[in-house]
Amino acid sequence: MSEKTNSVRHDYLRHDKKFPHVWCPGCGNGIVLGSLIRAIDKLGLGKDELVLASGIGCSGRMPVYVDFNTLHTTHGRALTFATGIKLAKPALTVITVMGDGDATAIGGNHFIHAARRNIDLTAIIINNQIYGMTGGQYSPTTPYGSFASTAAWGNIEHAFPIAELAVTAGASFVARGTVYHAAMLDGLLARGIAKKGFSVIEVMSNCHTQYGRRNQMNDPVTMMRHFKEKAVSVDRAAKMSAEEMNDRFTIGVLADVDKPNYMEEYQKIRERAQQH
Amino acid sequence: MSEKNGQRRLLQGNEAIVEGALAAGCRFFAGYPITPASEIAEMMSLRLPALNGTFIQMEDEIAGMGAIIGASLAGVKSLTATSGPGFSLMQENLGFACAAEVPCVVVNVMRVGPSTGLSTSPAQGDVMQARWGTHGDHPVIVLAVSTVVDCFATTVQAFNLAEKYRVPVIVLSDEIVAHTRETVVLPDPADIMVIDRIHPGVPPEWYIPYEDNSRGVPAMAAMGSGYRHHVTGLIHDVRGFPTERPEEVDAFIRRLFRKITNGFAEIQITRSVMMEDAEIAVIAYGAVSRSALRAVRLARSRGIRAGLLQLITLFPFPRKAVEGVLRQCRRVLVPEMNMGQMIREVKRVNLATEIVRHNRVDGQFITPAEIYDHLLSM
Repeated sequence: MSEKTNSVRHDYLRHDKKFPHVWCPGCGNGIVLGSLIRAIDKLGLGKDELVLASGIGCSGRMPVYVDFNTLHTTHGRALTFATGIKLAKPALTVITVMGDGDATAIGGNHFIHAARRNIDLTAIIINNQIYGMTGGQYSPTTPYGSFASTAAWGNIEHAFPIAELAVTAGASFVARGTVYHAAMLDGLLARGIAKKGFSVIEVMSNCHTQYGRRNQMNDPVTMMRHFKEKAVSVDRAAKMSAEEMNDRFTIGVLADVDKPNYMEEYQKIRERAQQH
Repeated sequence: MSEKNGQRRLLQGNEAIVEGALAAGCRFFAGYPITPASEIAEMMSLRLPALNGTFIQMEDEIAGMGAIIGASLAGVKSLTATSGPGFSLMQENLGFACAAEVPCVVVNVMRVGPSTGLSTSPAQGDVMQARWGTHGDHPVIVLAVSTVVDCFATTVQAFNLAEKYRVPVIVLSDEIVAHTRETVVLPDPADIMVIDRIHPGVPPEWYIPYEDNSRGVPAMAAMGSGYRHHVTGLIHDVRGFPTERPEEVDAFIRRLFRKITNGFAEIQITRSVMMEDAEIAVIAYGAVSRSALRAVRLARSRGIRAGLLQLITLFPFPRKAVEGVLRQCRRVLVPEMNMGQMIREVKRVNLATEIVRHNRVDGQFITPAEIYDHLLSM
């Protein structure tokens, strides 16, 4: 099993050029990267037709490691660049990977508008509930009451539920997974990438270095256990009260709807303009 | 557009910019509405679909700038247009285009600032922002338009320079030029020189995306063309991967500047009018150069030997042409619709004093010893 998995990974990685990576030992980003590669392999996508674009932060370094067309953009703006790429060359499969601060703070406006516009892009948002690279400042997803380097006395802001935000903003496909549920994540990523329209996959991930350390979850294993305990499948959550769901979150597919995507609509406009 | 070419047309400046962009091969526009630039977006939304191009109205100017960079990376010539407030928002991604060497054209139809300023009045207050608006040391090309004909020709030139030098080109217009209607004769498409970026001539496995060459401009492969590589706003090595090694950082920054310096003769465009025997001169750009031309003609009619140097290229500053004027003329007037931005550049062309520079661009601190040694060697 592990040998097969490794060979798949090696085929898609710039393994001879860019390793070791910059992430801390035990970081969830590596699990997301592995999952992404298995999903791409499962879909049979060629490396030349794939684009992986990122913003800034620990997640922003992911494109360096994969042997696709890769792009490391500015903070929060990955979706804007991805929009240009997809519209200019619709045959490309364009995936963005962002962090929680990246996608929902500085890039929050781009995020909701990309969802509303429904361009055929996939947005993977690695939610580690903190700004990791800059030293553990609180992000829009840092839970109320928890601690961060800029919330030394406890966080008094309220967290965005990213997946639910994406559903409301109109994304065609929305799912949430965790780095603990890696096999499930493979499937969610594959479905999101295959979906025509804007897809969002939020991945709850561990930053034990910056978040866990300040919140009694000092190591990756403790954080994994936390995700295992707090994650509730969408089906089971439907049968639970709001009180029971209080500090838990749903995992699975939150939305999967079919609606016209931007490129299909724009092609119709072109045809109309050309007949005019 | 072919059916209308070669014909006389009544166009406003903003429309002529659209015609110029399309003639240069632009097939992607992303932007956000703003006065007095909105007509450019409106015309693009009308024209691009029939040409198999793409128009998109983004959520803000930050996104507009990001989208045109993305489209250009995918191999499509791209344009955005805005005015002061939007131009401020674009600075972040404009810097990315400089660092990653992504050809694109940004039109800034200047209005009075700072801030919201006077949204329907002309100004030339964004000259230094065009040159230095994004952070960090970076080269950029800035052109200025003064007539509707200019709007067409200079926009074509802007795309050609962007493609040839892999650099964002900023076209500074202003509310006067944008909304002035003039009769123009657009050239036949066959008569327009269109330059495209150079694609790699080697197989993908040999492609080194940021490899230096005699021009300092690496060949550029579009995403999806089989030449997979990494593009980043981090300082990168010749393969496109982030580096912090001082010698690689230094080589990168210096090449960015050298590629523009190498092209000075071609990039620095000026127009001399009645300068042959001029004793006094006006140096002007944009709409103001039209008033200047009129003033020079008036002076000539009264026997005063006046001349005009119109700057089409503001940056890289056309030093040679300006030096010529300063050598020849007793007095030089620099009129501008701002508190004096280009005049400082003109004053910098000062031959009386030797001014020596000392630079480091490798991420390392300039030490007191370095400066001391340099002072002693002067």
